[in-house]
Amino acid sequence: MPLDLAQCLGLAVCLGTLLGLCPAACRAAPLQLRDDLGREVRLAGPPQRIISLLPSLTETVCALGACDRLVATDRFSDFPAAVAALPKAGGLDDAEVELIVGLKPDLVLLSRSQRITDRLGELGIAAFALNSARYADIARDVTLLGTILGVPDRAAALNENIQTAVQAIGTQAREHAHGRSASVYFEVDRAPYAAGPSSFIGELLTRLGTHNIVTADLGEFPKLNPEYVVRHDPDVIFIAAADAAHLADRPGWSEIRAVKERRLCSFARDVDDMIVRPGPRVPAGMQALADCLARVSP
Amino acid sequence: MSVPRPEVAELIAVRGGSAASARFRLWLTAWIAVTLLLTGGSLIVGTSSIETSLGWLLSPDAQSSVVLWQIRLPRTVGAWFAGALLGLAGGIAQGVFRNPLAEPYLLGTASGAALGVTLSLLAADTAIGGLAWAGQLGLTGAACVGACAAILLTIMLSRGVLETAGLLLSGIVIAFLMSALTSLLLLTRPEMWRVMQVFLLGSTGFIGWSSALLLGIVFLVCLVPSTLFARGLDALTLGDDTAQSLGLSLPWLRLTLLGVVTLATAAAVGQIGIVGFVGLVAPHLVRQTLKVNHRQLLIGAPLCGGALLQGADLLSRWIIRPAELPVGAVTACIGGVYLVVLLWRRNRDA
Repeated sequence: MPLDLAQCLGLAVCLGTLLGLCPAACRAAPLQLRDDLGREVRLAGPPQRIISLLPSLTETVCALGACDRLVATDRFSDFPAAVAALPKAGGLDDAEVELIVGLKPDLVLLSRSQRITDRLGELGIAAFALNSARYADIARDVTLLGTILGVPDRAAALNENIQTAVQAIGTQAREHAHGRSASVYFEVDRAPYAAGPSSFIGELLTRLGTHNIVTADLGEFPKLNPEYVVRHDPDVIFIAAADAAHLADRPGWSEIRAVKERRLCSFARDVDDMIVRPGPRVPAGMQALADCLARVSP
Repeated sequence: MSVPRPEVAELIAVRGGSAASARFRLWLTAWIAVTLLLTGGSLIVGTSSIETSLGWLLSPDAQSSVVLWQIRLPRTVGAWFAGALLGLAGGIAQGVFRNPLAEPYLLGTASGAALGVTLSLLAADTAIGGLAWAGQLGLTGAACVGACAAILLTIMLSRGVLETAGLLLSGIVIAFLMSALTSLLLLTRPEMWRVMQVFLLGSTGFIGWSSALLLGIVFLVCLVPSTLFARGLDALTLGDDTAQSLGLSLPWLRLTLLGVVTLATAAAVGQIGIVGFVGLVAPHLVRQTLKVNHRQLLIGAPLCGGALLQGADLLSRWIIRPAELPVGAVTACIGGVYLVVLLWRRNRDA
């Protein structure tokens, strides 16, 4: 098959590039990975200017020792302290595209949000979408980010640490419960939305040896009929501090064991962040859940 | 001299006809029967199967009696009263504005209530000194205050209640301004969005006996002036000039009736959030089935509105039980489908 002039030239340029004309920055092997939106994302090498639009991803990047590669985060990222001083590029659904483009990032990390991903794609900015809703996503995200950042060994070590800690906390909690399994209700907000056993928080609660009153078939965060909670009469209720005081005012709720005996768990905002963010601080969040359970469980 | 328009002639005819009033009584009986059926039905529909619920009714234990009498019954009674208040407010609003598209949220009440709730959430969340009052009111009180404030602003902006077009326009302006303010406040606290969403879609889940009682009292308080002033609304259908020449004091009539709309809407919105379509559809439901004057309309619309919201509440806990749909989404579906059918039939007949 004869090659035309343009193809020949292209080939020559490619060969030239491979044969050492390339500067130091692209010496690392190019990466091609599939993200959670199912897109093939190509990276010339480990990115050096990263914007993270999700707190859990920010925390993971920093836990992998790449905090100094972040040039901006979303407005909710507040840990570790080093990221507080970075420019804030809005939230996931109202990201400030102009600010992002101005910072010339070579990679934007975000969760599965089609609109912003499409917009960044149009503007020629590489974006990598990571789904981090389940417990299993934590280890997978850490591994993926390790590959992207070029620090696979650190990622493996971090995963090892998280897994060991989570297992230890789970074992300790179950030992402390002496075979009893407290029934729990985790209220996400006062609608009431509950955390089901298949949600990230639900998985942590199961690992702590508790029994979630919400069944798995209801989904991750079902909006419950409040009557459901009364009928299932949980031993312990996890609830926002502001709502805890008014539980007995809800019709019929004063009859719930957890309400009658004040077996309630509420957390300060910084602790709450550790519990709800599927990132490297999950052992600390789980420990907070375990401590409260040990304190109030029957 | 102006010739009465056909619908006015009908109105006058209805008042005299004994056959028509017999028909109205039959209609009332039918809707009361529907209400009783729905109330009974709501006792056996919840997170348990119908067989289990029936078993509870026959032989209650401690927990099931809490579920039946402390949760399901007040919930359905409260839903009826809230729906009745919205139906009443809708009927009055359509009469005062002489516009079949008028509804209780027209004068900015919904946006005002939403702003009140937002301020209250902000106050509970942060210790902003100036907002402490909003925090103490609770969501219910804040929604009420917000709704009343919106109406007051609307009336002030239109410099009274004499000109309905100006009043409507002011209502729209105030509604937009308050929504914008709500959005701006929520932008600073995105975690409040979900609570707001629940409020905006409406929820009957937490109505207890105290809420139901409050709604019931407000309903009675609103019903009395409404039926007393209903003849004024009949006269108003003839136009402002004619009504005035009949000896009516228009400012007082409008002010009283708008006061009733405000009180009814604020109470309902405070307890169950912004449930749409009930106030719009209930009066139409009455007019579609009966030729009525305003006194009958203002008795019929609450009955329809109450039954409508009761039915929607029943469906919201039935369809995906033991999870729950937002009741406002259910009423919007029912109301929307009803209006589509209404329009389609009108186009076909025309």
